[in-house]
Amino acid sequence: MRMRGLMLLFLFGATAAPLAADAHADAKKQVDFGITVAQKGLWREAIYRWERAVQIDPKYAEALNDLAIAYEHEGDLEKARVAYEKALDLQPNNAQIKQNYELFKEINDRTTRKDSQDSGDSQDSQ
Amino acid sequence: MTGLLAKTARTAGTLRILSSVTAILLIAGCTNYYEIPIETPIKPKLDVSAFQRVLVAGFIAGGTEDVDGNLETTRLLRSQLRTKSDLRVIDTDVLPLMEVAQEEPGTEAKAEPAGAPTKGEVGGEAEGKEAAKAQSKDAKDVKTAKGEPKPEAKDAKAEAKGEGPQADKAPAIKDPKDLEPYEHVFADVEYWKKIGEEYQNPLIVTGTVMFTPHQRSGIVQREEEVYDSFGRRRVVPVRTYMERKGYILQPKFIFIDGRTGAVIHSENFREEVLYNANQSTPALSSYFELMDRLIPSFLSTLSSQKIKGTRVLLQ
Repeated sequence: MRMRGLMLLFLFGATAAPLAADAHADAKKQVDFGITVAQKGLWREAIYRWERAVQIDPKYAEALNDLAIAYEHEGDLEKARVAYEKALDLQPNNAQIKQNYELFKEINDRTTRKDSQDSGDSQDSQ
Repeated sequence: MTGLLAKTARTAGTLRILSSVTAILLIAGCTNYYEIPIETPIKPKLDVSAFQRVLVAGFIAGGTEDVDGNLETTRLLRSQLRTKSDLRVIDTDVLPLMEVAQEEPGTEAKAEPAGAPTKGEVGGEAEGKEAAKAQSKDAKDVKTAKGEPKPEAKDAKAEAKGEGPQADKAPAIKDPKDLEPYEHVFADVEYWKKIGEEYQNPLIVTGTVMFTPHQRSGIVQREEEVYDSFGRRRVVPVRTYMERKGYILQPKFIFIDGRTGAVIHSENFREEVLYNANQSTPALSSYFELMDRLIPSFLSTLSSQKIKGTRVLLQ
């Protein structure tokens, strides 16, 4: 009985690893295609590809980084922030993701500071 | 013994090759990145879709007497809005807000806006009105009674002489605190509503402008050219004690809904510039230098802006 259990565990391990590798390879294809189209200015298509990549491999930090950049380009700063932070959670020491995030934060902080100033200073017109 | 040494050497060689290959692979793996230019659109802070026109009404200004903060700020904002926003800029006399503020609230000012200017043109449609013949003589700077712009040269002359809208008054406002007694005018809903009605409910831009001289001394690091004995040029940082003077610009822009007379948004800015004490920079140049820095922020309140940058895409 124990032997059968061990066999099953071994089989699961033996098949799971290649499956994960396949998933990452699929996700990487999406990322690569996303980069190609983003370089041509087709950001919507790039977002679709990188979202697919993250669905396939949720731990793909590079895909999350690229997705964050695309959201930033589209002006969706909240989504960009979430994606950057997920990417950094997965790879906290990745210098390039950190650099992108710092540049993003500069813009994001400026807009949120403005928003808070609005709420503090302004009154409703109605 | 020799065989053992040869074997060790071979193993070391293999290890070196392996580590080199690993390093190359690692580097190759890490260099899969692409720099890409992006443009981040920033939404305007205010939804101005309800307005077709904007009236830069005027400012309560103080600080140095060398620059008429009211007149210069009104002119500059109007010209910026004319070219960089979709709103039609109402070209009319500058409101003498200090006078309006000095009047007792709840008296004549409410029945008939004391500072209601003669109606000017909006993109060519001249509609002269006698809304305020009693319009202060201070507000003669931007337009004549017929609503035609005066030649620039005259304005420049007036500025040189310090004959701005508030030039003949004693410069009472020297400090930001001096502005406080006048600030209630911005909350006078009835007054602004009346102004709004005059101009077909525009978005009204007003506020305060402080432009004050400023002096500071201390250790400053600057770069100095040095030539060595071979004639080679080098730039080295040098720390020196310096006395510097300049200006501080502190505008507060207030946006008022011309339909309701209520303040819908306000923003404070502060910019300063310092020059070497022996450098003589005209106050007006400094004023424009400082305004240049904050104009993008002002414009981003009303219209969307794009911030250009570069990011790194990763594989």
